[in-house]
Amino acid sequence: MSEPLSRPPKKNPQLRQKVATLPPLARSRAAMGLTAAAARGSFSLQHCSECATVQYPPRDACSACLCVDLEWRETDRGGSVVAQTTIHASPDPYYRQRLPWRSGLVKLDAGPSIFCHLHGDVRRGDRISMDIKLDRAGQGVMIALPAGRMPNMEDDPQLRTLTANPRHRRVLVTDIRAPWAVPLVHELIKAGASHVFVGEAEGWRRATPHESLASLEQVSILQLDVTDANSVKKLAAGIGGKTDILINTARHVRPGGVVGGDTVFARDEMEVNAFGLMRLAQAFGPAMASRTDDGINSAAAFVNILSASAMSAEPGYGAFSASQAAAYSISQTLRGEFRASGLRVMNVFVGPTDDEWHQQMPPPKVAPQALAKAVVDGLVCGLEDVYCGDFAKDIEERWRRDAKVLERELTGGEHG
Amino acid sequence: MKNGSRQSYDGAVVTAPVTIPYVRYSQETAHWWIARALRGVLDKAGLRTGELDGFSVSSFTLFPDTPVGLTQHLGLSPRWLDSIPMGGASGVVAMRRAARAVQSGDARYVACVAGDANHIDSFRRLLSSFSRFAMDASYPYGYGGPNASFALIADAHMQQYGTTREDFARVAVAQRDNALRNPDAIMKTALTMEQFMAARPIADPLCLFDCVMPCAGAEGFLVMREDEAVRRNLPFARIAGTIERHNAFPDDPIQLRGGWAMDVDELYAMAQGSPGEIDVLETYDDYPVISMMQMEDLGFCAKGESGKFVRDHDLTISGDYPHNTSGGQLSAGQAGAAGGYLGMVEAIRQVTGEAGPTQVPDAMTAMVSGFGMINYDRGLCSAAAILRGAR
Repeated sequence: MSEPLSRPPKKNPQLRQKVATLPPLARSRAAMGLTAAAARGSFSLQHCSECATVQYPPRDACSACLCVDLEWRETDRGGSVVAQTTIHASPDPYYRQRLPWRSGLVKLDAGPSIFCHLHGDVRRGDRISMDIKLDRAGQGVMIALPAGRMPNMEDDPQLRTLTANPRHRRVLVTDIRAPWAVPLVHELIKAGASHVFVGEAEGWRRATPHESLASLEQVSILQLDVTDANSVKKLAAGIGGKTDILINTARHVRPGGVVGGDTVFARDEMEVNAFGLMRLAQAFGPAMASRTDDGINSAAAFVNILSASAMSAEPGYGAFSASQAAAYSISQTLRGEFRASGLRVMNVFVGPTDDEWHQQMPPPKVAPQALAKAVVDGLVCGLEDVYCGDFAKDIEERWRRDAKVLERELTGGEHG
Repeated sequence: MKNGSRQSYDGAVVTAPVTIPYVRYSQETAHWWIARALRGVLDKAGLRTGELDGFSVSSFTLFPDTPVGLTQHLGLSPRWLDSIPMGGASGVVAMRRAARAVQSGDARYVACVAGDANHIDSFRRLLSSFSRFAMDASYPYGYGGPNASFALIADAHMQQYGTTREDFARVAVAQRDNALRNPDAIMKTALTMEQFMAARPIADPLCLFDCVMPCAGAEGFLVMREDEAVRRNLPFARIAGTIERHNAFPDDPIQLRGGWAMDVDELYAMAQGSPGEIDVLETYDDYPVISMMQMEDLGFCAKGESGKFVRDHDLTISGDYPHNTSGGQLSAGQAGAAGGYLGMVEAIRQVTGEAGPTQVPDAMTAMVSGFGMINYDRGLCSAAAILRGAR
């Protein structure tokens, strides 16, 4: 059973900040398939399209029949630990800091033997459930988890390096007025966040949930207007050094297309949704990126909540879609810029939310509570891309299958 | 013989064994080490570089060169050139191929040389670019290097067969005893059972003295026709039989046997011999458990009984089963690909009576075994040869 993590003591500001190191980063292109699977929480391996042999390590041709058509498919996670070791010596700086480290060899029921990280509750001979998660270098890696749930299993130190678990971390939720801000704060506290900072723009007119959230011991409500560079900088100067997870909930949305639309609304959407994200990244990013190796409450993730229309425009919300595509693009650049630090950028894609601005849209719509849960689950699982709700999942699947067909369907092509 | 009969290696012999003494760290390059070993074998045979028409090279640290670049670097014009990138199997495999070249007349004299540099940090760099599967699927998991992979194999051997750390110790302690007679060995002090057992852990169940010391060095020998060796008055060894195999038993979930198990019957059939006739055994000892796997797969004991075998026998030079008589890599050091030549070069010395302080009296027949290249979770190359002296 994993030892429950205890709340870390206050930091001594005179001690040197540990410089982040990364686990081995290099991969072949084929192995990036593991990274792609881990990003969305899928357990996918290559299957031969002719003889169905499951391959590992990832390769370019089937080891049973030489067929070169290998498909990444969801695979049975079950297996048994054949051998285990605890590594006490490594020439790699990342692992040297984290020794001893447990690794093992697992025979998957699906066929291959897998050299993997071992969760602390897993021993030689045990049945396990294999998972692929993103490591600090942003690459997909295998970890053998207990076959069933174990107490405090998320607190296992090796598993924790592969997630952005909010437990004992301090979280900034940027906009109290987002319909999902309140359930998100409650979910974070339930998940063990040690403190939640909640941003409030235009504090002279209090947001509706202000009183109820301010009454919570772990919550502070602070001035933050993502459209105002000074406001963002001022807050970052105050709490940037203790923000472990930043969840950008700020969003401005108005229905309407492009031709009949109003560029004033469009500008407001860009100001909040795209430039607001840039301002937050510029003000909080460097401090967070410098604290990714800072113990139990190290900086772990920068989270965006994006509309599924970021992937392909929803013409009923034309300018808003454009702002979401811009934000999505910015998040990709941030991934590149944060890569060396190990700070994760998690995007949560969501379909129409059940709020006043999507009032005329038909269901399914995402309830604020469901979105809040998806955000926290994504952090606990260590995902990079979360598709929340049936609508976003459907859009993602269609986008991956054929982006052009999706575009045609979204722009007025009902099925015949 | 499941593969049909192979032609014998009659007519081709191995000679001129040379070791360039190892050093822990050296600023010299692989080219420098290989040049010295090549000079050594040529001098020993009284050959000029212009006469050398066959060259076989094994090295991990020649980059960006290959053996092609070495020909110009070293002023050679061979008509037969080979590169054997098989790590611990390189010595046996280089010899097998060179012997065929000499038998067929493609080359008259083949110099087989392995050498590697060891600069500060070069071991870590070598690991990080060792193989695609290692990069993708083993280094990201704790970066224990080969120690971690072999720890898993050792763990499985112990679980499956009841092998113990004391058994591993017997192999290593006997080899250290042998190394103390070898003036070129890196390790100069005795190793006791207690020290082996009390050593700091590296990757459980492996501890410090289960592991080799990376260093710089080179080894070499010549392959030529027997009548040439006689004419030049060179002590030589005949190749009674030899095998190689790659990626054997791919469906075994973990490696508890190597390719020898597939080919061992053919090896003894070729040599018209048996394990009982072997006077000296030189296994590839990157870890004691791997030497023990070779003892099993080469028929010195049954599968899983190598623990009992090493308990029942004295593996030192003066013992009843002399094993890794120069100290092996565990005590002489692992000079990169030269580690795959160490046993071969020592075996040639033994059966030609040139081993000096490590000589096993009256050694006439030696088994050399090679094992190489942990590409992902197991060593892929295995090879073995039986050498007979001609005294």
